[in-house]
Amino acid sequence: MTTRIVELRRGILKKNDELAAGLRASYAQAGVLVLNLVSSPGTGKTAFLERTLRELKTRGARVAALVGDLETDNDARRLAASGAPVRQINTHGICHLDAEMIGKHIDGWEGVTLGGLDYLFIENVGNLVCPSSYDLGEKIRVALLSVTEGEDKPLKYPTLFNSADAAVITKMDIAEPCGFDRETALRNINEIRPGIRIFETSAKTGAGMDEWLAYLGEARGVI
Amino acid sequence: MHELSIISSVVETVTEALAALPDSSRGATVLEVRLRVGALASVVTESLEFCYGIAIEGTPLEGSRLVVNVLPVVMHCEACREDVELSGVQSFRCPRCGEPCSEMRQGRELEIDSIEIEDAKETA
Repeated sequence: MTTRIVELRRGILKKNDELAAGLRASYAQAGVLVLNLVSSPGTGKTAFLERTLRELKTRGARVAALVGDLETDNDARRLAASGAPVRQINTHGICHLDAEMIGKHIDGWEGVTLGGLDYLFIENVGNLVCPSSYDLGEKIRVALLSVTEGEDKPLKYPTLFNSADAAVITKMDIAEPCGFDRETALRNINEIRPGIRIFETSAKTGAGMDEWLAYLGEARGVI
Repeated sequence: MHELSIISSVVETVTEALAALPDSSRGATVLEVRLRVGALASVVTESLEFCYGIAIEGTPLEGSRLVVNVLPVVMHCEACREDVELSGVQSFRCPRCGEPCSEMRQGRELEIDSIEIEDAKETA
C-alpha cells in the first residue's frame, strides 16, 4: 500500500473569482462604476444609499442598485422611492452575496442595462465577516460603520476593513449623544487600512455627502 | 458563518480532482485534505473542521482528515523595502520600523494545497 501526495493548489473560491472577473470586465466595458457596500446590520447602509441615489439623480447621473437581504423586499421598496431602478436579491439564509447572484440579477433586470448606467450600487447582506471573501467584481468596496457601533469595530473585523477601498462613518448627527470618540475611530480604521479615504456622513442632515459625491465623481472619471 | 459553503466547494473540487486522476489511481482512498488559509481569510479553523465532518459523508472523501494550515499576514514595507510578517491582524504597521504598510503579500489565501491518497489494493 502506498500513500502519496497530489498537489492541487486550487483556490477554493475559484468559481466565484472567475465569475467576478467576468463581471469586472463587463462593468469596465459598459463604463459603469460599481460599488459594494458592506456593514453590520443596522449601520444605515440603506439610508446612506437612499440619500446617495437621490443626490446623484438630482445631478443627472444614471444610477441603479442591487440590494441583498436574507428575506423581504423592504429595502428595495425604500430605495426605489429615489426613482432609481432597484432590484432585491433574497439570499434565503445565505450570509453574503456572491458573483453568481449578481450576474443573474443583472441579466434578468427588466429595463436596465449596464451600458445605460453611470453607477451601480450593490448593498450587501448586513454582515461584517462573510461578504469580505466574495468578490463581486466591484471597483470600490465600501466598509460602513455607524457612530453607535463602537470605535473598535475595525479592530474586531480587520478582514473587511483591510479589504475596503473607502470607509464611511454613518449617523454623524448623533455622534455627540452617543459619546462617539471620533479620533479613536479614525485611528483604528487607519491602523487596519493605512491611508484609506474616510467619509464622515449623515444621511439625515446631508453632512459629508458633498465630499462623498465628489469622490464618486472622481472614481467614475477613471474607469 | 460561510464555512459550510467553503467546505462544500472543497469537497466538490477534490471529488473532481479524484475523477481526473489517471486510471492507475482509480479507487484511491483519500487520507488527508490540506488547506492553506490566510489569517485574513475570515474563516474559522474549528468551524471548517466541524463542517468537513458533515460534508464528506457519502462522498469519496469520507473518512479523510482535514488539515488547515494558517498563514500569517505578510506585508511589503516600503520603508524597509522588504516583506515583513505581522504577528497579528490588529495593526498593519511594519513590526521593524513602525511605518504603515498597505501592500499585502500574503494573508487572504483560501486554497486547497494538496491531498494525500492511498492507492487501492492490487487485485490479483
